Amino acid sequence: MMARADLGSQSFVLLRLGDRRFAVLASQIAELVAPSRIFRFPHKTSSVEGVILRRGRIIPVVDLAGKLVGKNVLNRRFYLIALRNYGEKSEWLALPVTGECELIAAEMSPAGESDSAHVAGWISYDGDVIEVLNIDALTPGPSSAQPLAAPLELQEAMP
Amino acid sequence: MQLKAPSKTPPARTEQIILFRVSGQLFAVSSGSVQEVRSVDTLAGSATEIVAPGLKKVRHIVRRGDRSLFVVNGAMHFGLPLTPGLLVFVLRGTRTALLIDGIEKMTTMTRLQALSQAFCSEERNWYRGLTALDQNVVPVVKPEGFLTNDEMAMLEQSLIPAEVEESAENQLAGRHS
Repeated sequence: MMARADLGSQSFVLLRLGDRRFAVLASQIAELVAPSRIFRFPHKTSSVEGVILRRGRIIPVVDLAGKLVGKNVLNRRFYLIALRNYGEKSEWLALPVTGECELIAAEMSPAGESDSAHVAGWISYDGDVIEVLNIDALTPGPSSAQPLAAPLELQEAMP
Repeated sequence: MQLKAPSKTPPARTEQIILFRVSGQLFAVSSGSVQEVRSVDTLAGSATEIVAPGLKKVRHIVRRGDRSLFVVNGAMHFGLPLTPGLLVFVLRGTRTALLIDGIEKMTTMTRLQALSQAFCSEERNWYRGLTALDQNVVPVVKPEGFLTNDEMAMLEQSLIPAEVEESAENQLAGRHS
């Protein structure tokens, strides 16, 4: 029988950006990878830094530190590969983090009305109260869900 | 008894692409989208300068029979540092001629990944998607994405006075002859 205290417990990944720690629901995280080459090409979405190539997939790199701690992180230790929902579809995003990540179980208190949109809730861990991030609110995307412009596989060979 | 031929896995669909550079940046375009490749020198004679206010990336038109092609400066379109373009791609099915620095090579892509929804600005009109080639990621341009309908209308507008003037000159020349 499950203990009552565990009923509301969920798994979170704790990440570090500069001096601060944040949490993301573990179900939204695919893996933690070492920093790799960022490929850059012209575009106008300022919060996307470029893309990385991971297992044949091209994944956009979005630095959350600017929004969360006021400056971009230079000392990157890992990329957290997170799922971002776009309507009914979801895609991978690479989020640079500055320190080790930790998998923990905790109970989340829902965000209050005064909290920013990027706060999904709060957890208490190791004497700290930590923001649980709402990746969908924090990362760029169309304001309304749109169908993908093209399938992931090769489009029809010739235009 | 004839044995059934073993079922073959369908060959991977591929697409022939041209890798080209604009201001040092590598791009790809489907070779089927490129009708013609011309050097700037060979176009110089047939190019006319135009001024479309608010649209700096188009400075010249090239007359082709009864239609005009707008020469889009690739570097300006993508917001890259300006370089003297050397080649022009005449893009099939469009009225765009794209000024580029040079061709890197022709190759084949086997997979085109749609641009992530994280990219949510103008680039969605610029690119068909991204492809991974030799451990590199290359954006594959959309031929029709170099000029929006609004930009095209603006360019058409800027042509009208020139055409009216030309026709007036022709009429005048006819009267004098």
